[in-house]
Amino acid sequence: MSKSETYYQWARRKGVSRRDFFKFCTLMGAMLGLEATEFPKIVSALQSKPRLPVIYLNLQECTCCGESFLRSSHPLVSDLIFNMISLDYMEVLQAAAGKQAEEVRLKTMKDHPGGYILVVEGSVTLGNGGVFCTIGGVSTTDILKQTAEGAAAVIAYGSCATNACVQGAYPNPTEAVPIRRVIKNKPVIDVPGCPPIAEVITGTIVHYLTYGEIPELTNQGRPKAFYEHRVHDNCVRRAFFDAGQFVESFDDAGAKQGWCLYKMGCKGPTTYNACAITEWNDGVSYPIKSGHPCIGCSENNFFDNTPFYTHLAKIPNNALGKDVDQVGMDVVGVAGLAVVAHAGMTAVVKHGEKKAKEGSKP
Amino acid sequence: MTTRIVVDPITRIEGHLRIEAVVDGNRITDAISAGTVFRGIEKIVENRDPRDVWAFVQRICGVCTHIHALASIRAVEDALDIRIPKNANLIRNIMTTTQFVQDHVIHFYHLHGFDWIDVLSALKADPAQASALARSISDWPRSSDGYFRDVQNKVKTFVESGQLGIFANAYWGHPAYRLPPEANLVGVAHYLDALSWQKEIAKIHTIFGGKNPHPNYLVGGMASTLNMNDNDVINMERLDLVKTKIDEAQVFVDQVLIPDIFAIANFYKQDLYGGGVGNYLAYGGIPTVDIREPDSFLFPGGVVLDRNLSKVEEVNLKDPLQIQEFVPHSWYRYDDPKAGLHPWQGKTEVAYNGPLPPYSNLDESKGYSWIKTPRWKGRPVEVGPLARFVVAYAKGNQEIKGLVDDALHRLNLPVTALYSTLGRTLARALESKFLVNHLAGFYNDLVANIKAGDSQTFNGEKWEPEKWPSQAQGVGFAEAPRGALGHWVKINQGKVSSYQAVVPTTWNASPRDASGQKGPYEASLLDTPLARQDQPLELLRTIHSFDPCLACATHLLNPQGNEVLKVRVI
Repeated sequence: MSKSETYYQWARRKGVSRRDFFKFCTLMGAMLGLEATEFPKIVSALQSKPRLPVIYLNLQECTCCGESFLRSSHPLVSDLIFNMISLDYMEVLQAAAGKQAEEVRLKTMKDHPGGYILVVEGSVTLGNGGVFCTIGGVSTTDILKQTAEGAAAVIAYGSCATNACVQGAYPNPTEAVPIRRVIKNKPVIDVPGCPPIAEVITGTIVHYLTYGEIPELTNQGRPKAFYEHRVHDNCVRRAFFDAGQFVESFDDAGAKQGWCLYKMGCKGPTTYNACAITEWNDGVSYPIKSGHPCIGCSENNFFDNTPFYTHLAKIPNNALGKDVDQVGMDVVGVAGLAVVAHAGMTAVVKHGEKKAKEGSKP
Repeated sequence: MTTRIVVDPITRIEGHLRIEAVVDGNRITDAISAGTVFRGIEKIVENRDPRDVWAFVQRICGVCTHIHALASIRAVEDALDIRIPKNANLIRNIMTTTQFVQDHVIHFYHLHGFDWIDVLSALKADPAQASALARSISDWPRSSDGYFRDVQNKVKTFVESGQLGIFANAYWGHPAYRLPPEANLVGVAHYLDALSWQKEIAKIHTIFGGKNPHPNYLVGGMASTLNMNDNDVINMERLDLVKTKIDEAQVFVDQVLIPDIFAIANFYKQDLYGGGVGNYLAYGGIPTVDIREPDSFLFPGGVVLDRNLSKVEEVNLKDPLQIQEFVPHSWYRYDDPKAGLHPWQGKTEVAYNGPLPPYSNLDESKGYSWIKTPRWKGRPVEVGPLARFVVAYAKGNQEIKGLVDDALHRLNLPVTALYSTLGRTLARALESKFLVNHLAGFYNDLVANIKAGDSQTFNGEKWEPEKWPSQAQGVGFAEAPRGALGHWVKINQGKVSSYQAVVPTTWNASPRDASGQKGPYEASLLDTPLARQDQPLELLRTIHSFDPCLACATHLLNPQGNEVLKVRVI
């Protein structure tokens, strides 16, 4: 994009039709909660404004999400950050440091009020006046609030940002909480996972860029395109579950034939994520396919939904009503009943999740 | 007339690091290094199933993404006396060396590169001359005039848009940049090439561990089952994909990374500042046979003190008098504030006595970091690629000594040149070369072992907790890309009763100790020049040469029954 090129011109050059551009503006207006009479202002703003600035904050985290972001194959991360968005602030990549880095963040906030996307990796820590995570001597809780103020939308990227992940596990020594707990007056898109699949975060950003709207979300606030189905629903080992063929011990005869890992503690049946469809690192594999049970890293409080290697029916207080050993026997015995048993179990699992969700509400 | 400058955030690292430096003219006369984030993971793993803990502590760091998991399962295997099959050791080695090479390349181009490469200067380059330069040092095929012209145009368009993104407000044109425009253009092109390549080598982790970052591990072996006659597990097609990615990695290291480090070192070899404490520690690691057999390690362990290459001390992770952690300038409290505690006896209570945010300065007479102060027999030591190479060199390791001597000869530098910011960066590149060769070797060993009829990847003899002793303790260690890593676990009645990790950046970024000895970051800044006080380019260069990883460094140590939740602000 040249100096004089507006977002509109850039979008047209990238093949977006004028009609789609107006649709983009309308949906953006709706998303921002503006009256319809205000929409022309958005059109005008985007026709005269540069390409979408993005501020990426790292709070309490391990940077696995940032690393995953770098692994994106489609789009290539270089295409995203050099051609599609203006990644104005991301500590992991930006050349400037210290006060020069902070100046860039403040300039973007000042120059593009209501016009930038805020991506947040990491949880907020409420403990002890913000001493557990500071940048430039300022509590990151305050930096988050300040930066979110002028953002068009906030993407809570990764399980730290959506559910406080490992530092939020019992006993949560730093009072780590998800972004939603602190940012309440902005649209927040939850993109969970530890980390999320690379193409899920870049796909969410590109969706917003292309269609000018937040993607459709599940009732948990996650993009439906990636979090609508359970890993189990499309699992490469699903046929073995249905046939009652389970790995009983790692590396046993069943394991050597790729049988179902449910009895080894697999959380695929209760985990909503795109692993089994999109797969990881440009579609190479995903945990279950590579022989390890899913640990459910995109689900709330997954580090407290442990032990990992005990199957769901045997985890204390789990609402799943039926022992998988029994299900397996039923299935092997009467093929027709297998479908019923499985459907019934799915319903029980879903009911359990619903209850768990209600119970975990802050 | 001295000035105190603050650089916070230190960018292009993992996590949150703050440096405050006292500057006299263009020299740094004092410096403090402060870790400013804290999460408390070791407290969280208490009372958990030891077989689960790798997944928790793996989340100490997503950049070092697999090595904490590896150290953790090794600690549990040590405690429970679990032996792992040969294939599992080889797969772990393949994953470890993959991680090293990927991490080192990302560090060199994406985290450290802008300390040496001036992006805006690249716009002034003649693409034909850049091409000639690139072809004179490497056979890398992406070296035509047209390729460099395209890259230059891309950067030009980007800059002219007025939106500089990650290049905004940096130190372009700073006098400490020494590369000619053509070398800068080659550097920018390879920044982009490396960004595309790094995601490819990561696929090796995906095949064996299911994903990257944070691949899966397993106490007792690996979960990635081998069966050459099944299409649902690791078969020949999967192994062929691993082989392809190894071949690509060898080409990238040989044709891009290594020529670039020599080209850059040639232009910067008069800048030999940043030497630091001059003591080097390696635990040793990457066992070609087994972690219980140190003689089989690719990296020998040991300690070199005061740059004295004629003597290497032995290091023992279980000796209570060798590795100790102190807290005089950390936000934790000991009963005896001057005590040093071995990780087995580790006792920590959070006691924040820094200023409440927002603040302008930290006070080094009090606590000033979430990082503790580990010392080896009371001495501050540096860990990392340079430390491994110094220890191996002093021990006479022929392969590593050959790489180092050849490099020094090509650069016409004495061995003492290694003790510098540039030396640290050179050692990291040479280590990538060393390990990418062994990566291919481990792959061949794995295939040969499968061919010999062994497909076992897991030893389940002690998987069930009823087979464990009621009490056990173990140490797991590894050489991580950033240096020596140790995890100490205690198990009581089948649950973790205490857990501690002393990680590379804790050694390197540690605050000063009670006797005033500075940690490696702090010491290395003392002879680092600053041409412009308001543009800390050389400071960033020295700090980045250690490859800081702050999420690793700032964890909570085991409170041994003390209630950590009662945080004192004093």
